[in-house]
Amino acid sequence: MLTVERVEKSYRTGGLFARRRKQVLSGISFEWKAGECLGIIGESGSGKSTLGRLLLGIERPDRGSVRWEGRPADERRARRGSVSAVFQDYTSSIHPFFTVEKALMEPLTLRNKRAAIDSRRIDRLLEQVGLDSSYRNKYPHELSGGEAQRVCIARAVATEPRCILLDEAVSSLDGSVQVQVLDLLRSLKTAYDMGYIFITHDIQAAAYLCDRVMIVRDGRIEETVDVDRLRDVQSPYAKKLLDMVMA
Amino acid sequence: MRWLRPIGQDKLAALSLFLISTTLFAGLFAPFLAPHAPDEVHMELRFAAPSWEYWLGNDQLGRCVLSRLLYGIRPSVLWVGVALALSAGIGTIVGFVAGYFRGATDAVLMRICDGMLSFPGYVLTLAVIGILGVGLENILIAFALMKWAWFARVIRTSVRQYADSDYVRFAKTLGFGDVRIMARHLVPAALPDMAVAASSTFGSMILQISGFSFLGLGIQAPHAEWGMMLNEARTVMFSKPELMLAPGIAIILVVSAVNYLSDSLQLALDPRLATSRRAPHSRTVAESAKLQGSEVA
Ligand SMILES: Nc1ncnc2c1ncn2[C@@H]1O[C@H](COP(=O)(O)OP(=O)(O)OP(=O)(O)O)[C@@H](O)[C@H]1O
Ligand SMILES: [Mg+2]
Repeated sequence: MLTVERVEKSYRTGGLFARRRKQVLSGISFEWKAGECLGIIGESGSGKSTLGRLLLGIERPDRGSVRWEGRPADERRARRGSVSAVFQDYTSSIHPFFTVEKALMEPLTLRNKRAAIDSRRIDRLLEQVGLDSSYRNKYPHELSGGEAQRVCIARAVATEPRCILLDEAVSSLDGSVQVQVLDLLRSLKTAYDMGYIFITHDIQAAAYLCDRVMIVRDGRIEETVDVDRLRDVQSPYAKKLLDMVMA
Repeated sequence: MRWLRPIGQDKLAALSLFLISTTLFAGLFAPFLAPHAPDEVHMELRFAAPSWEYWLGNDQLGRCVLSRLLYGIRPSVLWVGVALALSAGIGTIVGFVAGYFRGATDAVLMRICDGMLSFPGYVLTLAVIGILGVGLENILIAFALMKWAWFARVIRTSVRQYADSDYVRFAKTLGFGDVRIMARHLVPAALPDMAVAASSTFGSMILQISGFSFLGLGIQAPHAEWGMMLNEARTVMFSKPELMLAPGIAIILVVSAVNYLSDSLQLALDPRLATSRRAPHSRTVAESAKLQGSEVA
């Protein structure tokens, strides 16, 4: 379980000694329960990716706390292998010098340091995301966007984490591939019994995959609703956002 | 050794590697390979043309040019290599720490580098020689002290850019330690930049060593050094220009071999360049020219 309490984050604008800071997140509190699929929706620049980095523990909040099972998220051992991620920019998500096989090996070496290349495991991971074993020796620049994104998903699933954070994981793909990847995520969810935190600016994609969505605006939580009650949102901003999609 | 295979396919790189290793070998075993003692004077053989006994002829004191060339490898290539490794080593560590951890660490380290770089290189070297005394080892110490800051800057810039990528974020998410992330992800990514920086510094170090030897601050007179051989030949530049050939060609060959090798290392490491083996060469050359320019400035 993930608990986020009154998280604030600001970035310095200008040099190291500059006083001015840009407030990116303020007063964020929510909970994510194991197995749940939570959508985080917001406009570009609303601080979604920043929130994602805080949840993963690769950055620290200025104030407030992010806890996985009661332990701070930035403690490496607390989240080791139980959290994973697929990032926004699939072109830089795989090391350009690594083959697909080597990229998939990386999370597997987390548990045992000298994991021998377990061919069958890698083949199965690739198969689960709809790629065949001929992809094993390809380099990321030889993959299309959708294929690279699938490899990233396979890599994220490899440690069988409790939670995968997907930051705009389908946004840069075209419509039909998007649906394929979303279906893939749905099937993996049942196969591995895990949950997602699905960051997106696309309400339809969130509604397709998520149980609950959290609408973020300028670094604040505007509203949190269950997906099946998406039509009766309260706040005017959320209403406006929905109207644009429904229209 | 995946990267050795493409170097084997690349003829120029293979030739460079061969040339460099032969040079290193010849330098290490100079006493066994040299046909004569390097400081053996034969006044009757002054400026003698190449003969069966003296393959590359004799210089203004009748000394064997080939033997001097072989002995000259030690200060010109081996010791310069040591100074280079030392400064590149320090610079790499500082650059990695600054580029990876950022924030206050980065700011402090970079201000120290700025401080080091604000001294003109030659003046700082002269100051070090003034304090420690004349001699090759002191010049090399001065080089190591001076150049690491430049390496640190170059490497910090490239590490910073790679440390910001999503593959590093993913490794952090999984919970890998910083040292492991640097070793597995950042070192390979930054290695081509490091090689280009090191190879361009190598050339300028050889030339600077010879400059200091010329001033009488480095290698002392009877000992052989390529730059000093060039300087000695300079006095008879118009009457006996062929004396400049041996040390000049040796310097050019070694420096170009090092540069070609660093270029092909980049080609070998980066699979994106493997598909188009021709085109990227011009880019890397332009890059090394840029680095060279910024260093000379
Ligand atoms: N490392 C940083 N340093 C300074 N400012 C930052 C940094 N990261 C993010 N910001 C600022 O925080 C704000 C939110 O950025 P963020 O990337 O979280 O937005 P986002 O909601 O993910 O947008 P998008 O949908 O376009 O991905 C932006 O205005 C950005 O300029
Ligand atoms: Mg984002």
